[in-house]
Amino acid sequence: MAKVQGAITVNTHRCKGCNLCVVACPTDTLGLAADVNDRGYHFAYMKNPENCIGCCSCALVCPDACIEVYRVKVEG
Amino acid sequence: MEITDIIKEENKVYCKPELLESEVHMHYCPGCSHGVIHKLVAEVIAELGLTERTVGVSPVGCAVFAYNYIDVDWIEAAHGRAPAVATAVSRLWPDDVVFTYQGDGDMSAIGTAESIHAANRGENIVMIFVNNAIYGMTGGQMAPTTLIGQKTATTPYGRRVDLNGHPLEITNLMKELDGTCYVTRQSVHTAAAVRKTKAALKKAFQNAIDKKGTSVVEVVSTCNSGWKMSPEKANEWMAEHMFKKYPLGDLKTERKYDEE
Repeated sequence: MAKVQGAITVNTHRCKGCNLCVVACPTDTLGLAADVNDRGYHFAYMKNPENCIGCCSCALVCPDACIEVYRVKVEG
Repeated sequence: MEITDIIKEENKVYCKPELLESEVHMHYCPGCSHGVIHKLVAEVIAELGLTERTVGVSPVGCAVFAYNYIDVDWIEAAHGRAPAVATAVSRLWPDDVVFTYQGDGDMSAIGTAESIHAANRGENIVMIFVNNAIYGMTGGQMAPTTLIGQKTATTPYGRRVDLNGHPLEITNLMKELDGTCYVTRQSVHTAAAVRKTKAALKKAFQNAIDKKGTSVVEVVSTCNSGWKMSPEKANEWMAEHMFKKYPLGDLKTERKYDEE
């Protein structure tokens, strides 16, 4: 069966660490980094990258449009 | 499969809309609903091919700097007067699509007269109403849309009916006017709600293109700074309390004409 794998990139300069993407993620992929960006916010990152299914939930709820989503179908 | 194999241009399924300025850092607090609504407006304008003929009218309130963030033509109106300015623009430039972006202070307090009369005249404009039940920009004072019992800077013991009156459901008033062709209430707290709001905005802009009358899209939103909550707690609080007073859904989908 074809499986879907996804990945996201976060614009860490734009991210304000509001945590809404972490809450919206259905597969527990995202988390907030221990590091901060140059504005002092804990930006979002892929905590468990293998979980991502590229569903776009995080990107849709992101108020600062910092998330880009990529998705591929993996055969077998 | 490695992440670097997935992150390629041909696999991209979602990115920041082009019309949203990438170099400008939005001044909104972390988790503010305004950012999501800006993003949806930018997406809808681009998808309908209206980039070169859209004029936005920005309000006074938190969204006052909307003209810095979405790359279309804008006018900044005096507080509450966005629908009056939008009326002028849409009448003088009938080929342009005009929308106002207003908060609850702008539309349901100081600008009630302009908003209701623009909707009553059936101007071909889109009115986007961001209702977060508080005056966010000035420090969280009570708004006309503040819920009964809700604590704000000016109602520290909660809003009281005998002292402060009832919450104003301006979208329900708009529904009763003959000039409006589409009145809806949406939210942006979950991915599904964001998709629905985008569809509503698209319909509203399409109505403006088709010159059907005034479309009002209320977006029930959070103000986590004003409500003194974290962004996710604010979303939960909104779903629990705000949706009781402001239930989501379409209030009106067709304009009714009086018999001549």
